[in-house]
Amino acid sequence: MNPVNYLYLAALLFTIGATGVLIRRNAIVVFMCIELMLNACNLAFVAFSRMHGNLDGQIIAFFTMVVAAAEVVVGLAIIVSLFRTRHSASVDDASLMKL
Amino acid sequence: MSFPLLTATAALPALGAVATAAVPAARRTAAKWLALVVSLATLALAVVVLVRFDPDGARYQLTESHAWISDFGVRWELGVDGIAVALVALTALLVPFIVLAGWHDADPLETGSRRWRPTQGFFALILAVEAMVIVSFEATDVFVFYIFFEAMLIPMYFLIGGFGDRAHEHGEKAAATQRSYAAVKFLLYNLVGGLLMLAAVIGLYVVAGNFSLTEIAEARANGSLHMATDTERWLFLGFFFAFAVKAPLWPLHTWLPNAMQESTAPVAVLITAVVDKVGTFAMLRYCLQLFPEASKWATPVILVLALISIIYGALLAVGQRDIKRLVAYASISHFGFIVMGIFAMTSQGQSGATLYMVNHGISTAALMLVAGFLISRRGSRLIADYGGVQKVAPVLAGTFLIGGLATLSLPGLAPFVSEFLVLVGTFTRHPAIGVIATFGIVLAALYTLVLYQRTMTGPVKPEVSAMPDLRVRELLVVAPLIVLLIFLGVYPKPVTDIVNPAVKQTMSDVHKKDPKPEVEAAK
Amino acid sequence: MENLIALLIAAPLLGAAVLLVGGRRLDAVGHWIGTFLSAASFVFGLILFADLLGKDAEHRTLTQHLWTWISVGGFQADVTFRLDQLSMTFVLLITGVGSLIHLYSVGYMEHDERRRRFFGYLNLFLAAMLLLVLADNYLLLYVGWEGVGLASYLLIGFWQHKPSAATAAKKAFLVNRVGDMGLSIAIMLMFTTFGSFAFGPVLSHTGDTSEGKLTAIGLMLLLAACGKSAQVPLQSWLGDAMEGPTPVSALIHAATMVTAGVYLIVRSGAIFNAAPDAQLAVTVVGAVTLLFGAIVGCAKDDIKKALAGSTMSQIGYMVLAAGLGPIGYVFAIMHLVTHGFFKAGLFLGAGSVMHGMNDEVDMRKYGGLRKYMPVTFITFGLGYLAIIGFPGLSGFFSKDKIIEAAFAKGGTEGWILGGAALLGAAITAFYMTRVMLMTFFGEERWRDRPTRSPEEPSAEPAAAHQGGAASGHAAAATGEPHPHESPKIMTIPMVVLAVGSVFGGAFFSLGDRFLHWLEPVTGHSEGDSPLSAATVTGATMVCLVVGVAIAWAQYGRKPVPALAPRGSLLTRAARRDLYQDDFNHVVLVRGGEHLTRSLVYVDHTLVDGVVNGTAAGFGGLSGRLRRLQNGFVRSYAVSMFGGAALLVAATLLMRAV
Repeated sequence: MNPVNYLYLAALLFTIGATGVLIRRNAIVVFMCIELMLNACNLAFVAFSRMHGNLDGQIIAFFTMVVAAAEVVVGLAIIVSLFRTRHSASVDDASLMKL
Repeated sequence: MSFPLLTATAALPALGAVATAAVPAARRTAAKWLALVVSLATLALAVVVLVRFDPDGARYQLTESHAWISDFGVRWELGVDGIAVALVALTALLVPFIVLAGWHDADPLETGSRRWRPTQGFFALILAVEAMVIVSFEATDVFVFYIFFEAMLIPMYFLIGGFGDRAHEHGEKAAATQRSYAAVKFLLYNLVGGLLMLAAVIGLYVVAGNFSLTEIAEARANGSLHMATDTERWLFLGFFFAFAVKAPLWPLHTWLPNAMQESTAPVAVLITAVVDKVGTFAMLRYCLQLFPEASKWATPVILVLALISIIYGALLAVGQRDIKRLVAYASISHFGFIVMGIFAMTSQGQSGATLYMVNHGISTAALMLVAGFLISRRGSRLIADYGGVQKVAPVLAGTFLIGGLATLSLPGLAPFVSEFLVLVGTFTRHPAIGVIATFGIVLAALYTLVLYQRTMTGPVKPEVSAMPDLRVRELLVVAPLIVLLIFLGVYPKPVTDIVNPAVKQTMSDVHKKDPKPEVEAAK
Repeated sequence: MENLIALLIAAPLLGAAVLLVGGRRLDAVGHWIGTFLSAASFVFGLILFADLLGKDAEHRTLTQHLWTWISVGGFQADVTFRLDQLSMTFVLLITGVGSLIHLYSVGYMEHDERRRRFFGYLNLFLAAMLLLVLADNYLLLYVGWEGVGLASYLLIGFWQHKPSAATAAKKAFLVNRVGDMGLSIAIMLMFTTFGSFAFGPVLSHTGDTSEGKLTAIGLMLLLAACGKSAQVPLQSWLGDAMEGPTPVSALIHAATMVTAGVYLIVRSGAIFNAAPDAQLAVTVVGAVTLLFGAIVGCAKDDIKKALAGSTMSQIGYMVLAAGLGPIGYVFAIMHLVTHGFFKAGLFLGAGSVMHGMNDEVDMRKYGGLRKYMPVTFITFGLGYLAIIGFPGLSGFFSKDKIIEAAFAKGGTEGWILGGAALLGAAITAFYMTRVMLMTFFGEERWRDRPTRSPEEPSAEPAAAHQGGAASGHAAAATGEPHPHESPKIMTIPMVVLAVGSVFGGAFFSLGDRFLHWLEPVTGHSEGDSPLSAATVTGATMVCLVVGVAIAWAQYGRKPVPALAPRGSLLTRAARRDLYQDDFNHVVLVRGGEHLTRSLVYVDHTLVDGVVNGTAAGFGGLSGRLRRLQNGFVRSYAVSMFGGAALLVAATLLMRAV
């Protein structure tokens, strides 16, 4: 199978994720969309690794997974505490930091 | 290793500042006495420096050199030439008077006002400024100089913004607004200047490879360090701009009237008599020594700017309604004279300019501090609020007149000698500029005498009729200054003897010689 | 003997210091300290004079070097005094007449609570003037020069509570400063030309430089002299200076201050001799001023202002003579000395009249005073005869010589200058006779009338008399005055001065004593006069008689109206000082006010405005940028994606290129 198709799939997934980040308000959904984008990137890296025949892409994919895991931990904690204080998981409600 | 005298003159007030700030809030008077004692001890150290300095010896004396930030070649290098010695002495001399004159300026306000006045802070800041100014005069490392040149903005900012006159025509709140405006303006102006200088300092490092003034100047002099004409000019402009803001030179002057108007009289003296001198001093030491060719290139423009400052400052002083603003514009006029003397590139001009820095410090201190005493009595800075004070408080009026006469450079008082030297020094090279600058002496008489006439003479205004005359503390401040003004007016030799050799060096740095008279009659 | 020179100055300087710093505890004896130290200076002067007389004419120059004042590069100024015949003459005049005025002031200022300070200022005045004439270089002279300006400022404004006095003092100082500017430029020119500004090197090397340079120096010196000596166009301060107490006027007009300009020109004779254009300018200024002052003097009803006009005119004679070069130098100084006697006498007499008339100065409210003040009348009368040049009295000898010298200038110039001087003599006779007649003769116009005229109400009688001489008579201030003779302490100086006015000229002229005395310093040459001496004297006499006769016809035969008539165009112009003050006011004061006001505006809106505008611009920009930070995560995300997309696009584009 042509590895380029994996790239198309990665682009599609990334776009879905990005769209989700931009248009959804629920913090959990936004968060999941970010994960989707990260994994789209992972997919692209692995595909590149395959196409170029070296392991660089796969190594980076592992890095990304570690970062994503850390992010999940911190991000979910933030979302939970946000929900506790505001009784809402909408990202629009958390706009207090603006000047 | 000998005792680090120069470091000590700066470290003493610095430590004093810390100690003063640490005095408990309730022991206000103790803090004042501590500050006074420290400033007097600094004066004593400065006198030791003055005595140990040999005018005919090496160019930089009492030198110290310690590694500081070795990665960038920054060294804690101090050393004084005749010009720096004179200015260190001036600084150390004036600060005790400033402390004494500001004795009650930072007392807590009367009941009814909730504003907290940190007395300890006021005196600690003054000492901190003193320490930084002294390092700026003593530093022979460009980087050290730059740091302290900039750092003194911080305490000055708080002194201007935090401690104003008690009285204000539009009430306490308006006063606070105006004060913070003045303080921010002061800070921004000087920061912009400092930023350009920072760029130039870095540029200088790139070109020269180190920060040592003595090394770079020597390399410049013997030709081993060559700078492209453009590079030299850009670096010169970077330095000069910062100094011209500080000096202040027209049209970069507008921060000074605001700052002097809003701060208390002693702080105003600190600004104009001490801090601003760093600017003119640095022109002499850094601009001329490091960039002689560029200095000569810029001379015509600078002389014209100085001339404008002289006339413009004096004319604006005539038009002021506020006593302190008037003194501020008068100072701008005087700084014009100093800059003109420096860039006249004659020994009379530069010796005169150095002497002018010293004399202007003393004369402005005398005039401004007496004006401060006057303002504190009536609670107004407006000239129109006074009249007939001479009748009520003759000693105050008399000292005010002497301060004013010094400001208008009356012969017999110190500023005359320096002003005349500057005029002669300029005239020998640029007759037209010298003649136009002479108009400044008429304008100086005008603004001084108008001020004196409106405040001191005429019928006694009811508001001033109960005004007390000068108190003992106030006389202690003014009398020594007046004695100095008269002494240096009839016998300026002690200062000129110290300054002349240093000026000779500077003249040879820029490869200039005094013009010869047409007829060698005197020889 | 040289060491005495410094004492000449030190004595009054010490007096000034002691009296001004000493404070109230010296109030009781201050005036005697001042008078004593002034007299001490006179005694030192006499001792030195005797010493000089003992030497031969060529060696009558003493110098005393005290210390090096300023030394920077080639710029060398020493505190060195030089006493030669010229400065000796001035020293004796200053200290002699000055001491008499001190003595007179003891009585005149008796009721003034600030008398101690007054004497301190008087001593300062003497010290400054002595420094001026004793200095050995122009820069030290400049110190005395401005010191005189300062002392006159303090004394003219002595009654500071009067706004008019404070204004007059300020005006005097400012106008003088304009002159001082000339002196400083002259010194700078000397320094660039000769490398020195000491008398010796400058005056002996005038031949080594161009005439243009010397003309420039000369004109600048003339400007300085105009300021101090109240010559056109810097004469406007002199009339206002009458705001000071009368002894001050006497001091300013007779012994110090206004004579300084003449001294400067005569002292710098070598420069002027080598610069004919500058000399011509000097003579023109002198001639114009002598007529200007005389015309102004004719129209003034204020006795002091009439005398002030006369001073201006007489100094004009001296300046004219000084401008004539070696023909005139000696006579300029001679007239200066005789004028010192009679003008001091006239002013002290005027002070005495005012003392007896509740400080009234309007001559239209005098009249017939000779019966009440015999001593004042006689001394004033002798001074009057001296100033108009009555044969045999002081003014006759000195003024006649000047007129002769003016004709001796030769050519058209000589005729014009001589004519002006003659005309001046006639006008002098007229206005002085007018003063005399209005004051001492005629009906007693002060009877049945309060002394102050209705259009000049005494706004603050208390204040005006607190410092005034007549405070002892305050009770009578608003009622009819009771003219009386002044106390002995005031009349004795007047008598001494009257003796000088009568015999001084004859004493100096017999055997050309004065000429021989001064000649070694100033040089002298006889001009080539188209008229014989006798003709000139005759013409002067005719002028004198005409002047006196016209005055008699107008003020002696007819009663003097108590209110001034409207007068002709010239009279009205002269009353307003020939509109010089109005000119100054409109052009300089108003113009200056507009200039400073618009500059204040420019500074605030333009210079400061640029800076504040920049600050405001940045503020506005950041205000707008701030709106981008709306707090919505998604909008940040959009900008992030947009940015990323831009980057990718840019990268691709770069690749493509």
